[in-house]
Amino acid sequence: MSESKPVGDLELENVSVGELDSVSQSIAAGEIVCLSGASGSGKTRLLRAVADLEPHGGDCLLGDIRQSETPAHRWRALVMMIPAESQWWHETVGEHFDAGDAPGEALEALDLPGEATSWSIDRLSSGEKQRLALIRALAREPRALLLDEPTANLDAESIQRVERWLLEIIERRELPTLWVAHDAEQIKRVSNRHLLIRDGRLQES
Amino acid sequence: MSIIDLSWWELALASLLVLALAATSYLARLGMARSLLVAATRTVIQLALVGLVLEVVFELGRLRWIALMSVVMLLVAGHEVMSRQKYRLSGGWAFGIGTLSMFISAFSVTILTLIVIIGPDPWYMPQYSIPILGMLLGNTMTGVALGLDRLTEGVRRQRALIENRLMLGQPWDMAVGEIRRDAVRSGLIPVINAMAAAGIVSLPGMMTGQILAGTPPAIAVKYQILIMFVIAVGTGFGTLAAVSAGARRLFDARERLRIDRLTVGSE
Repeated sequence: MSESKPVGDLELENVSVGELDSVSQSIAAGEIVCLSGASGSGKTRLLRAVADLEPHGGDCLLGDIRQSETPAHRWRALVMMIPAESQWWHETVGEHFDAGDAPGEALEALDLPGEATSWSIDRLSSGEKQRLALIRALAREPRALLLDEPTANLDAESIQRVERWLLEIIERRELPTLWVAHDAEQIKRVSNRHLLIRDGRLQES
Repeated sequence: MSIIDLSWWELALASLLVLALAATSYLARLGMARSLLVAATRTVIQLALVGLVLEVVFELGRLRWIALMSVVMLLVAGHEVMSRQKYRLSGGWAFGIGTLSMFISAFSVTILTLIVIIGPDPWYMPQYSIPILGMLLGNTMTGVALGLDRLTEGVRRQRALIENRLMLGQPWDMAVGEIRRDAVRSGLIPVINAMAAAGIVSLPGMMTGQILAGTPPAIAVKYQILIMFVIAVGTGFGTLAAVSAGARRLFDARERLRIDRLTVGSE
């Protein structure tokens, strides 16, 4: 199936949103670029602009697929943003998956039991929600990732587990990844490159 | 059967009862006395004026005057729809969507009912056209206002949820699907309840009015059934049109949720 093949690098061409002006970056297939900066500096807004969730200047490219020339929902299915706070709209976990079931190996890798798909949303802890949201998003086989503090609600052990799992998938599927992170140690562990937002500008750190 | 006219002093007698209620509410510190009196005064003035206008329109019986009155009714209803929304679409869209959807549904259903079903001569005979349009507009207005209010409120409250669905690659109409359905439903519930309870819990106002005016109950009942049906149809299509257009306007061409297109109402 062609859907699962990587399509290449993620490129930001003069993306302007909020205080951030004219950001140009190229994230190679399989590369993880961490993004940090003070709260309110515009990290999340940059991810939102790349996912085309708010009006912005400039354009983005995934391989030779251009954001401005692709239907928005198709673009977001390819370049998938995973928000810091996941949202759920059906009664049970399983209903949020297209096929009805979360992939068993993903559940196992993130220390969740196989019957987690039958859990009711009301019963989930914030950590369970966060891990299930990652599984839900990656089950849709996106070809680039925009992660907004994907381990914010997790304990130390879960953080390691999630990192290991994400790194393995990103490498295997060759997904260009923009990862918003606060923790300097985490940035060291996961990133190939680290960008810092300061005074409305993006700097290599 | 002749109708017993009411004299103004007989109405004044009824107003004493309202005053008594206002006095009681004042003494009981309900804080409602003032608004009760204002509302009662408005009723008298508005209805007296409308009575005068109707006398003239009925007297003339000309299509252009009936049309003018209908347009005024529509614009007032459009304004009412807008002011009943806590969060409304900015830039005239709240008024525009509400008014246009009421125009499409209430006017076409009224004209259809007059020409195809009742068949007065001429078809726009004010005795039939004005009350039917009035009842339709009134009810459609309630449905449209409830529907749009529920939609904008729901979208505002569930912004993060809608956007998470967009992030997962869902098209905008799927991401807002449940909220939109909910909004249409809440606009339609009052009419459905009214139809279900008609005659058992309450005697509908129009039928009661016709009976008071001397119409045989059998005829009044048939008119009431007709009115109930056209109200349901008008409200249903009106609410559906308004909520669909409103939901579309909350997303832009790139299927982004545009909460910035909502402003907080002043009332």
